[in-house]
Amino acid sequence: MVTAQRSPGQAAGKSEADPAAEPEILTGSEITCRSLEAAGATTVFGYPGGAVIPLYDALPSSNLHHVLVRFEQWAGLAADAYARATGEVGVCIATSGPGATNLVTALANAQLDSVPMVAITGQVTQALIGRDGFQEVDITGVSLPVTKHNYLVQRPEDIAPTIKEAFYLAKSGRPGPVLVDIPKNVFVAKTAYIPPTKVGRKSYQPTITPNIRQVRLAADEIAQAKKPLIMAGHGIILSGAEAEFQQFAEHTGIPVIYTLLGLGAMPEMHPLSLGMMGMHGHRHVNRALEECDLLVNIGARFDDRATGRLNGFAPNARVVHVDIDPAEIGKNVETHVPVVGDAREALKMLLAEVGEGNHDAWMRWIDGQRNRVLEAALEDRPEWPEPYSIVKAIAEATDHEAIVTTDVGQHQMWAAQQFGVRYGTRWITSGGLGTMGYGLPSAIGAKMGRPDLEVWTIVGDGGFQMSFNELATAVQEQLDINVAIINNGYLGMVRQWQDLFHNHNYSEVRISAPDFVQLAESFGATGIRVTSDDEIRSAIERARSIKGPVVIDFVVEPEANVYPMVPPGGSNSEMVHDPQTPQDQE
Amino acid sequence: MQHAHTLSVLVEDQPGVLNRVVSLMRRRSFNIDSITVGHSEQPGMSRMTLVVRGEDNEVEQATKQLYKLLEVVKVTDLPEADAITREMVMVKVAAKGQSRSEVLQLAQVYGARVLDATPTTLMIEATGDEHQIDSFLTMMRVFGIREMVRSGKIAMGRSSAGTRSRADVSTNGVYAAAD
Repeated sequence: MVTAQRSPGQAAGKSEADPAAEPEILTGSEITCRSLEAAGATTVFGYPGGAVIPLYDALPSSNLHHVLVRFEQWAGLAADAYARATGEVGVCIATSGPGATNLVTALANAQLDSVPMVAITGQVTQALIGRDGFQEVDITGVSLPVTKHNYLVQRPEDIAPTIKEAFYLAKSGRPGPVLVDIPKNVFVAKTAYIPPTKVGRKSYQPTITPNIRQVRLAADEIAQAKKPLIMAGHGIILSGAEAEFQQFAEHTGIPVIYTLLGLGAMPEMHPLSLGMMGMHGHRHVNRALEECDLLVNIGARFDDRATGRLNGFAPNARVVHVDIDPAEIGKNVETHVPVVGDAREALKMLLAEVGEGNHDAWMRWIDGQRNRVLEAALEDRPEWPEPYSIVKAIAEATDHEAIVTTDVGQHQMWAAQQFGVRYGTRWITSGGLGTMGYGLPSAIGAKMGRPDLEVWTIVGDGGFQMSFNELATAVQEQLDINVAIINNGYLGMVRQWQDLFHNHNYSEVRISAPDFVQLAESFGATGIRVTSDDEIRSAIERARSIKGPVVIDFVVEPEANVYPMVPPGGSNSEMVHDPQTPQDQE
Repeated sequence: MQHAHTLSVLVEDQPGVLNRVVSLMRRRSFNIDSITVGHSEQPGMSRMTLVVRGEDNEVEQATKQLYKLLEVVKVTDLPEADAITREMVMVKVAAKGQSRSEVLQLAQVYGARVLDATPTTLMIEATGDEHQIDSFLTMMRVFGIREMVRSGKIAMGRSSAGTRSRADVSTNGVYAAAD
C-alpha cells in the first residue's frame, strides 16, 4: 500500500488541454525545459554529466540561460542567492550520483534559510535503480531531511505536473528547496506535452491569513507594553513585506532589532533601527532584549545564535510570535500570543488594529546603552586596513545600494554589524547553515538575477579558497562582480574561539593562500592588493570602474576578534567585549 | 511529565511516506514506541498509529512537524480516556502433556484463539489493549514461549470525529482558524 506509485498529475494537477489542439509529442528533456520555462525560470545553474546528457541536449533550444559552474555545490548556492536577490525560485541542475550529492549542502542551506529553490537531478535509468548502477545514489533518500519535499519521477507524463508542483511548493507557505529526480530513460522517452493548469494538494494548505482574534490579542499586548521591541526576521523579506513592516514600526513607534537574515527588513539607518541582535549583536540591542517587556517577533525562528541561552533570553518579556510555520510557535521560546500566517498579511491586519504610539523614553534608555567608546574607537584608523573600515568604505562607496553577499566567519559578522543594510534582498548571507564558500557563488547568483545592481561579496581568505574556482564561471559569464577578501591568514572565527575559549590553543587555523592577485589574473579577472588604510577607497573605486570580476586582497591584521561576543551557551546578557577597548561607564 | 501519546495519522498513500514519517521522527529526536500502518476508510489514504513518548509540548511539536510533510493529511492525538486501543500478539507456546490443557484454559480466559498445533506446541493469537496482552504473555511465559510476534498498537477515538483539527494546530490551540 505504501509502495503504490502516484504522481501529482494523477491527483491534483489534472491537465485540461484545449481538446481541439493536438498535444505536441516531446521528449522528457524537452518537457523539463518547457516546464521550467512555464514556471518562470529564465536562468539555471548547473553542471552536465551522464544521467543529464539528454537534458543538456534539449537545453540549447530552450529559452533558459544555463550558467556552467565549476562544482555542483556552487550551482546550488548560486541558485539560492539568485532566489534571495530576485524573490523568484532559484533553479539548479546536476547529474546523478556525485553531482546530486554535491548539491546536498546547497539544499540544506536553502532549507535552513527558507529559500525557494528547485533542484533537477538526473537519475540512472529506471532498470538500474536499486542495482547500484554507475553513479547511482538514492538522492531522494539522501535529501529527505534537507528539502521541503522531493520527487522521483517515474513516467515522462509526470514531469510537467511534478515540476509545476515543485515550484509551487518551493515558493508558497514557508519557502524551501524541492528536488526533482528524473531517471535518464524518462528524459529520453517521448510523450504528449500537456501543460498542467492546476496545482495544489489537499494535504498542503499553508495558513496565509492569520486569525483575526490572534491579531487582536497581539494588538492588545502592543497597546499595554511599556518597553516593547520588534524582532525582525527573514520572513518579512521572504514575503516582500518591507513596506508594511516599516509602516508598522513607525505607526507603533516600537524600536526594531534584527536577526542576521532580518537585516534590511527596514533600512538600518532608520531612527527606529537598533541593529543586529545575538551572539555578535550590538551591546545596546542585547541590553534592550534583557530589559524589554514585550518582544514582537515577526518572521524569525528564534535561532540559537540570535537568542543565546534560552533561559536568559528576554527574561522580562511577553512574546508575540508571527510565523507562517505553526511548528515554529513554541519550538524554542515560549510564546504568549502566536499569530500564524504570512508576515505581510499579518502586518496589514496588525496595522489596522494597533494604535499610534511612541516610546521616546524607552528609546532614550536603549540609546544610553550604546557602546560609544567602541563606536569612537571604530573611527580611529590604524595604518593597516581594518575590517570595519573596509566594510564601511564599500557601504559608503555604493551608498548602501549595492547587493552585498558574504562568506561565513568573522568578515560576515563585521559586515553584518557595520554595513548598514538598506534592503533585505540586497543582503545575502548564509545564516542557518553557515556554509563556507557561499561568498563567490552567491555573488554570481545575485548578479545573474539582478544584473542592474552593483554586486560585492565580502569573503575571508578561508572561505574564498573553498570556492574561488567560480572565478572561472564569473569570467566566462563576464559578470561585473567585486570580491573583497578580508585576508588575515587565519580561519579567523575558529581562531577567535580558540583564543577566547580554548586557552589560545591555535589548532589548524593558520592557513596559507595563493597570491590572490596573481590568482585572479590567471583566471582572466583583475587582482588588486591593499595593505594600508589609505589605499582602501581608491581600490574600491578602481574595482567599481573595471568591467568584469575584480578581486581585492585586503591584507588585514591577523588576530583581530569580532566584538562584542556572547560566549557559546551563554545568555545574551553575558557579552564579552574587546579587552583592548575601554568600556563606557555604566 | 513524559507519557505515551497515541497519534493517529492519516496520510496519502505515496511511495516513501512511511520513510518520511519515521525519518522525521528520528531526526527531530522523538521516540517512537510503536508504529503500525494500513489502509484507511478512504481510498488512496493510509492510517498510521504512532505511539510517541514525550512531554506534552514535545508531542505537540512532533504533531506540527508531521503536518509539514506533504503527504500528512491529519494528525489526531488520541486522549487515553477517549480512545480504544488494540494490539495483537501471536505466540508459539510449549504445550504437551498436562500443560496443554492448562494453556488451552488460559487462552479461553483471555479470549485468545488457537491458530495451529503441533504435538509439542500451540500457536495462539490474542488481541487486546497493551495491559491485557502483557498479562496474557506473563501467563504464557510460565509454559515457555518458543516464538512471539507482536503488532504495534492501533487505536480509534470514541467520538464521531477526530479530536484535533489542523486549524487548532495552526494557532497553537488558542483559537480555531474558523472563528
